[in-house]
Amino acid sequence: MNVIGKARRRVDGRAKVTGQTKFADDLMLPRMVHCKLLRSTLPHARVIRIDASRALAHPGVHLVMTGRDFPIPYGILPVSQDEHALAIDRVRFVGDPVAAVIARDELTAFEALDSIDVEYEPLRTFADPEESLAHSTPRIHDYGDAGNIHKIVSLGFGDVEQAFAGADHVFEDTFFYQGSTHLPIEQHAAVAVKDPDGKLVLWSSTQTPHYVHRALAKALAIPAAHIRVIATPNGGGFGGKSDPFNHEVVIAKAALILDRPVKICLTREEVFYCHRGRHPVLMHFKTGVKRDGTITGLHVKTLLDGGAYGSYGVASTFYTGALQTVTYHIPTYHFQGCRVFTNKPPCGPKRGHGTPQSRFGQEIQLDKIAEKLALDPAELRLRIVEQPDTLTANYLRVGTIGLAECIRRVTRAADWGSKYRRLPPGRGVGIACSSYLSGAGLPIYWNDMPHAGVQLKLDRSGGVTAFCGATEIGQGSDDVLVACVAEILGIDPLDIRAVTGDTDLTPVDLGSYSSRVTLMMGNAAVQAAERARDLLAEAVAHQINVPTDRLVFAERRVFDAEDPGAGVAFSDAVCLAETRFGTIGTTGSYTPPRSAAKFKGGGVGPSPTYSYSAAIVEVTVDASTGWIDVPRVWIAHDIGRALNPTLVRGQVEGSVYMALGEALMEEQTFRRLPPRLSHALVHKFPSMLEYKSPTTMDMPEVITELVEAPDPRGPFGAKEVGQGPLLPVMPAVANAVYDAIGVRIDEVPITPEKILKALDAKAAGKAPRYGPSRFPDIAWPETLQVPPPWEGGDGKAVNKKEIVPA
Amino acid sequence: MPMPHAHITLTVNGEATEVAFAPYKTLLEVLREDLNLCGTKHGCELGECGACAVLLDDQPVLSCLVLGVACEGRRVTTVEGLVSEGRLHPLQETFADLGAAQCGYCTPGILVTAKALLDEHPHPTRDQIRDALSGNLCRCTGYQQIFEAVEAAIEVGTKP
Repeated sequence: MNVIGKARRRVDGRAKVTGQTKFADDLMLPRMVHCKLLRSTLPHARVIRIDASRALAHPGVHLVMTGRDFPIPYGILPVSQDEHALAIDRVRFVGDPVAAVIARDELTAFEALDSIDVEYEPLRTFADPEESLAHSTPRIHDYGDAGNIHKIVSLGFGDVEQAFAGADHVFEDTFFYQGSTHLPIEQHAAVAVKDPDGKLVLWSSTQTPHYVHRALAKALAIPAAHIRVIATPNGGGFGGKSDPFNHEVVIAKAALILDRPVKICLTREEVFYCHRGRHPVLMHFKTGVKRDGTITGLHVKTLLDGGAYGSYGVASTFYTGALQTVTYHIPTYHFQGCRVFTNKPPCGPKRGHGTPQSRFGQEIQLDKIAEKLALDPAELRLRIVEQPDTLTANYLRVGTIGLAECIRRVTRAADWGSKYRRLPPGRGVGIACSSYLSGAGLPIYWNDMPHAGVQLKLDRSGGVTAFCGATEIGQGSDDVLVACVAEILGIDPLDIRAVTGDTDLTPVDLGSYSSRVTLMMGNAAVQAAERARDLLAEAVAHQINVPTDRLVFAERRVFDAEDPGAGVAFSDAVCLAETRFGTIGTTGSYTPPRSAAKFKGGGVGPSPTYSYSAAIVEVTVDASTGWIDVPRVWIAHDIGRALNPTLVRGQVEGSVYMALGEALMEEQTFRRLPPRLSHALVHKFPSMLEYKSPTTMDMPEVITELVEAPDPRGPFGAKEVGQGPLLPVMPAVANAVYDAIGVRIDEVPITPEKILKALDAKAAGKAPRYGPSRFPDIAWPETLQVPPPWEGGDGKAVNKKEIVPA
Repeated sequence: MPMPHAHITLTVNGEATEVAFAPYKTLLEVLREDLNLCGTKHGCELGECGACAVLLDDQPVLSCLVLGVACEGRRVTTVEGLVSEGRLHPLQETFADLGAAQCGYCTPGILVTAKALLDEHPHPTRDQIRDALSGNLCRCTGYQQIFEAVEAAIEVGTKP
């Protein structure tokens, strides 16, 4: 390997350090006008009347639009087409857009917003899930499983009650995971133009240009072939730029009407209200174990606060119950999940999508189980790690599992044995593990086409261009694309031009979400490059008269392995191939393996392969102030193979960073204004100063161990790294706090205030913990019974004839 | 109606520059919108994130909190000014090589802030680096590779 596995400067590194990377707001076009959105000040209301006449008369205003201009709904999931670019007759959260002004500059547009008169009729508002469960009217949406319940599911894989009866101990715990937001430093921005041919072009800071393309075609009712979406490099995404957004739809239509470029850039406050971030989740874990730690059964209940729209919420709901079985062997499993609508900004996917919440609960409960069984928590996990090449109780096909090695590596690096239960009072260590998808096995809309496509163009200059719809959001997707091609063609990554995220120029890739890019785009790139290599090899073999299988592609040459002097320069090889075959272009595609799950809901969780992580966090806790300091984090990640170790380490450390933010400080929370001030639900602190996130002063030393056991399903054996390493950190912090001061904090963020309350409870002889005490009674639907594979199941439900196409 | 423009002269990245702009504009807006220097980014426009940091008379400032009209006769250095005679500043080389820029959006502000640190303290400790960059938020890296890149730039020499 000449490229793969080497720590290298990423191909877009120079652009990023010279400030030349063109983000969406850096696009300045002649005759460009600017858009601002008028947003609802009420959390739930009927829109009775909008009068925009004064705004239209405002000097410098070109256009004012309202919901009437956008009659067609859209949404990321086919089952939740519940958004309008501008409210038609209802607003559902403070921040829901009701009108748009397009003016000569931002300031004029902003000033004109004040001249739009909106008459509202307030409706009852729902601030938290229990309110939404208790009152089925007024409904926030006219669709959903019941009342204000968006989605409610119950899946059974074997008989958990029998499993609990056969257990030596049964543990029941309730946890709460507070919501948090992505906080990308780049505010969402987009520019739309009508191109000279009359077609629409949208540049946007989106992670999913293909889905935005589809949403625009639908919402604007114009042929997709007449729309071009270009994803500009994202200034951070983390899941927050994965939905099609109302501002994108609005400026697209405005550009078509005005026939001039229209730009929008959200303010930081608007970004907080756009959200689509981590769902607040209340959860209940019931686990049966044998004396040796073996799990007999697990019953998980989750209640998700979805906010005002569907977004990815149906998937988020299933994800709170999907991956428990992928990590540990769980022979019987019952999952019940419920997502409700509330009058707050919509929740959606944030790094780890739906899985960090239940991972938090499961890993803390395992710590409690280990204590009860007098087992070292690392040893307990080693005993129950799921086996490789397994079909789990919920029909997820697991490939390689590096988790045991992760646990061994991280405990060795941290010197766990000499620290756990052995540090002085106020200091402690905690361990936790996790697993994550290397790409969602199913696309967002049902189809049998590839999830990733790559096209290569080679020409007589020796230049290679790689085209792919994948989106660079900072994770290094352009570098992965180029590295895979460079390795196979034996050239330098910097010799290749990457053209990505452009629906006119690049083959479809579904987007930068679900940690799918390295595996899926990488496999497509490998296939395209191998096909190009085969063409070149045939032409060179003919020229220098050696068999193709003796040719080596390396160091920008194609040569005879047995006589390295015999060969041609890479550019000459391309000329030979172009002479022999004509214009050289190849394609590669990747389609994930079919899922084994045939039950409704089984579409969430399957992945070509899963990554694994284990983390140990060290904390010091001041018992008088509750202040928590994290001096060090050790983390081991099963990466399969690190394509570029510099970027892999960056993803691991960045995950640990974001995880510590969630563990210790970040909260997307809301307060009610008094009734005389509309009783609105407003963000407690929609600013970067007050929404606390870790700074350079907070970030501990991170010791990263990469476990490399190549997975045959990944390109060169690679698995994901962008999300998985976040997952074990929050519970490891909670477990370390317990090791340090003997109290359980069963919710995030773990703040000094909660620590002091738990210490007070302990001193008063009460349960030494802080966290939720109950999980509400929910009217669950009949459980879909799916016998696990070892009970003769075939992946289908036995009590309902609901079979997803497969 | 549009206000009469302010008109100032200043030195931007070593070049004598004249610029006219609406008088309420911040230095950030003047740089990006009137001088087409889009290397300087914005994340909040409230002085909270550090993305818009530039050097004003060699000192790091948040350009979203400085009025353009306050820059008459002053020297401004942006990320575009770090490249000298076609060569990247050592910080730019090490940031690119060592993974200190992921999405790259906070990078310009961090680079100029780190340059000011190294110009004043050619051999800072890790704690001094942490302290100097404490006003620059980065959501991608976890900061560790940024610290390492600054330290690596110390070794290759701090002056361009």
